[in-house]
Amino acid sequence: MKKYIFILLIVFFSVFTSVMKAQETGMAFIKEGSFVPLYGAVSKKPVEVKSFYIDIYPVTNREFLDFVKKNPSYQKSKIKGLFADKSYLSYWKNDFDFGNAKPNSPVTNVSWFAAKKYCECEGKRLATMDEWEYVAMADTKRVDARTKKEFNEYILSWYEKSRTYENEIGKTFKNYWGVYDMHGLVWEWTSDFNSIFLSGESRKDKSTDKNLFCGSGSVNASDLMDYAAFMRYAFRGSLKAQYSTRNLGFRCASTTKPKI
Amino acid sequence: MKKTAIAFLLLFSFYSCKEADKKEVKAEIKKEISDLSIYNLPSKWTTQDGKDIELKSLRGNVLVMVMIYTSCKSACPRLVADMRDIESKLDKNTKQHVKLILVSIDPNTDTPERLKSFAIENKMNQDPWIFLRSTEENTREFAAVLAVNYKKISPIDFSHSNIISVFNPEGELVFQQEGLGVNNDKTIETINMEARKI
Repeated sequence: MKKYIFILLIVFFSVFTSVMKAQETGMAFIKEGSFVPLYGAVSKKPVEVKSFYIDIYPVTNREFLDFVKKNPSYQKSKIKGLFADKSYLSYWKNDFDFGNAKPNSPVTNVSWFAAKKYCECEGKRLATMDEWEYVAMADTKRVDARTKKEFNEYILSWYEKSRTYENEIGKTFKNYWGVYDMHGLVWEWTSDFNSIFLSGESRKDKSTDKNLFCGSGSVNASDLMDYAAFMRYAFRGSLKAQYSTRNLGFRCASTTKPKI
Repeated sequence: MKKTAIAFLLLFSFYSCKEADKKEVKAEIKKEISDLSIYNLPSKWTTQDGKDIELKSLRGNVLVMVMIYTSCKSACPRLVADMRDIESKLDKNTKQHVKLILVSIDPNTDTPERLKSFAIENKMNQDPWIFLRSTEENTREFAAVLAVNYKKISPIDFSHSNIISVFNPEGELVFQQEGLGVNNDKTIETINMEARKI
């Protein structure tokens, strides 16, 4: 009996310390589950999301400055055209000065390549779109709050606000997983942002699958819940990996427990 | 005496001029990879012959690239047909500078062996055709460079953009043809033009 208590204690402590560790490195543990994404899934089948870790906050100006100091080829003046367009870090004064932006505000105007590289250097990766959406559907108390009116109203009211990218991280609500700023601060890159097919004007260009959301999704995007997600998918669908805009930042994820 | 001196000088200047020319040629070969070149990508790829290459090794050729997967039943055969059609219309005189490359978006299924048998089946197992595969991550990155979108929609099926991309010898994207069975005059013209420059 004593032995069992002992083992239980060990298990408890190892779980406890791993949670602590995750917190120290600024990542939250996301337990596996499944959900039906509003767009992107075929025939509304649930998508499985395996357990993973995600940054509690988006990456900030200060953090990105540290990164470019260590990785000169990602500095504003040095980055190659293949990896970022002209607007890369456009609000920064120079390679080592983010100007009037706050150190603790999310870094934006970063391309997908730069975001991806940043995460790689941290021993992490970008979250997949499914992972990101899975975390983003939680409100303060529920794993999936997508059907809640207030939740959708909150998201949609943010879409109407301007310049929220100037705010500091961690000022929006803390969700069920302990993650901040999934809504209300900036849009975020995902690793597979280029798996979206929404470009209505050029449907002939795609191998159109009737089950994909091109036709059915957009037409049926009638209620708030669909609309909020539709905006995100449409935005992602409009991106190219070199693009960088003032309202688009990122955060990292990790499949394994983050190392300190 | 003076004359010989002048002749000597002339000879010397000719000689130095040639030297300079040579240097220039050398400098061009060693020229740094340009900002917009795909040869900035460090990713490693495997051909249908199981050979590991970096994209850089293709430098100096005009590349015509398309992303496909071999188990594809709908769009890809048409994309492959489009590629074949382009190949058949290329200028015979400059064709040796052109490589037509099919990149797999399904590296799990498309092993080098599988690509090889696909190449043989489609009579594309010879120059100028090359089949490439890499990791899922490198593939996603390469697609991002090409602005090709794709998504796995079932264990065996992908949805993907139908884009054929043309790169100049320095690896810079110079033209993209979008859609299936579209008019390819402009594509062919671009390829021939780029190949003539070599």
